[in-house]
Amino acid sequence: MRRYALRALSLAGALGLWQFLTARDVELWLRFAQFPTVTDVARAFGTRLGTDAYWQDLTDSVTRIVLGFALAAVLGVAAGTAIARSRLVEDLLGPLLEVVRPIPAIALVPVAILLFPSNEQGIVFITCTAAFFPVMVSTRHAVRALSPVWEEAVRTMGGGRARVLVSVLLPGALPGIFGGLSVGIGVSWICVISAEMISGEYGVGYRTWQDYTVVDYPGVLVGMVTIGVLGRLTSTAVESAGRRVTRWLPGREPARPAVTGPAGSRGRARRNGPAPEDRQAPAVRGAAVPVPAASGEGKQP
Amino acid sequence: MNALPRTPAPHRPAAGPPTPGARLALEGATLGRPGHPALHGVSLEVPAGQLLTVVGPSGCGKSTLLRTFAGLLAPLGGRATADGEPVTGPAADRALVFQEDALLPWRTLRGNVELPLAVQKVTRTQRRAEAARWLGRVGLGEWAGQLPHRVSGGQRQRAQLARALAGAPRAVLMDEPFGALDVQTRAGMQDLLVEVLRDTRATVVFVTHDVDEALFLGDRVALLGEGALLGTREVPHPRDRTAREAAATRALRREVLGALTTG
Repeated sequence: MRRYALRALSLAGALGLWQFLTARDVELWLRFAQFPTVTDVARAFGTRLGTDAYWQDLTDSVTRIVLGFALAAVLGVAAGTAIARSRLVEDLLGPLLEVVRPIPAIALVPVAILLFPSNEQGIVFITCTAAFFPVMVSTRHAVRALSPVWEEAVRTMGGGRARVLVSVLLPGALPGIFGGLSVGIGVSWICVISAEMISGEYGVGYRTWQDYTVVDYPGVLVGMVTIGVLGRLTSTAVESAGRRVTRWLPGREPARPAVTGPAGSRGRARRNGPAPEDRQAPAVRGAAVPVPAASGEGKQP
Repeated sequence: MNALPRTPAPHRPAAGPPTPGARLALEGATLGRPGHPALHGVSLEVPAGQLLTVVGPSGCGKSTLLRTFAGLLAPLGGRATADGEPVTGPAADRALVFQEDALLPWRTLRGNVELPLAVQKVTRTQRRAEAARWLGRVGLGEWAGQLPHRVSGGQRQRAQLARALAGAPRAVLMDEPFGALDVQTRAGMQDLLVEVLRDTRATVVFVTHDVDEALFLGDRVALLGEGALLGTREVPHPRDRTAREAAATRALRREVLGALTTG
């Protein structure tokens, strides 16, 4: 509860400062005279929310990002797994991808315009390319980091490649994959907005740029706030999906209230179950488990 | 990844008398990773239903021998066979129990024990029932829903044993399964193993570096050292292990230790 209060306070403080600086037309070294005030922006926001165009733009951007990101997730996981598991694929795809990877996805706008019949597809392509690399790289690392003993166990049960893929590689790599997805959704937003600014018809990025060209600064800020909120929502969705599917990670269980002492981590089972035959503390075998990469925040435009 | 092809395996006996164990054999076999032979000229036969313990110092190739029987390693020379057929890859009828934690950490104990049954395409209801039966058999009935890292090391090894046996294998290959456990837990696990194996006619190859464990469990003991099989000894007792505290075992123990040290 206290933490929510703090978070609300932080946001309110930033808005208050903004309002103060802009309403007073403060001119230090930074110039706030032309900058729209919070109330200007809020008014513009209120008007925009009532227009169909706003929702049209929002739907367009969200559709593009969902398509591009979903495509990137599927391709990234597939490519990362294949590269980690097959020397042939590594030799065939590896060098190519390593050369393409440093190119900022937004620099692919000319390529997208040349290649794709419509702008729409071009933007999805750029978004997809942006998210593909973090997903591919983290999948590759996660698959390589898996303990070989799990795979051997499944193979000695008579399991073939498909079974190893479904029962060992994918579930085992999920924590790492979600690390990549978190980073990916952030860079997707950067790229979808930039691509819309350059070549879009409709979309939040396009609208923001249009407002800038007609010197509608409150409109520009409405666009920016919209992007911020959407980015936050989508990355929260990715993060919480990630937490949901990696609940098995040691230390990921929801904290149980009023559990203390070394037996705490299995307290509930012990109360109902028989006394365990040995007193060994539950060893945390975290080392063998790939830990997701940094949760990839801060990439939102 | 191992390049060996996989032999199509799944046989799934309906509930009924246990399937007879597999007869395992090595014929003049050189074993090891390609370019790194660990054992030379090994000829060894494990009759169906026997519990063979393999004992020797660390690094003598015990695990190599086991992994060859499991089909994870191809012999570098000679032959490895199961029921006279060459072993060409892993198969469901030769289960492997690892020393390390080989339980999949994202599956509950129940999920782990169901896994070999899922591989064999056993129906869901039957899987549930079999897993419950085996978990109960190893004393983990109440822990079925727990994730591996939430239970103790001993319980994890019990779950591994249940998982290996749930697939109704004809041979169980155990690679120092109790090596990482403390002394009391280990004694309990040995008793449990003897008891559980009464229900099955599976052939067992049990690798350990502990001579006492080898003599306590084995119908026969194979001695490894110096990159070769030093010989085998019959254990002159029935599988009722209480008799093994006896003086006769002590003489055999001296002999085995002597053979391993003079190598």
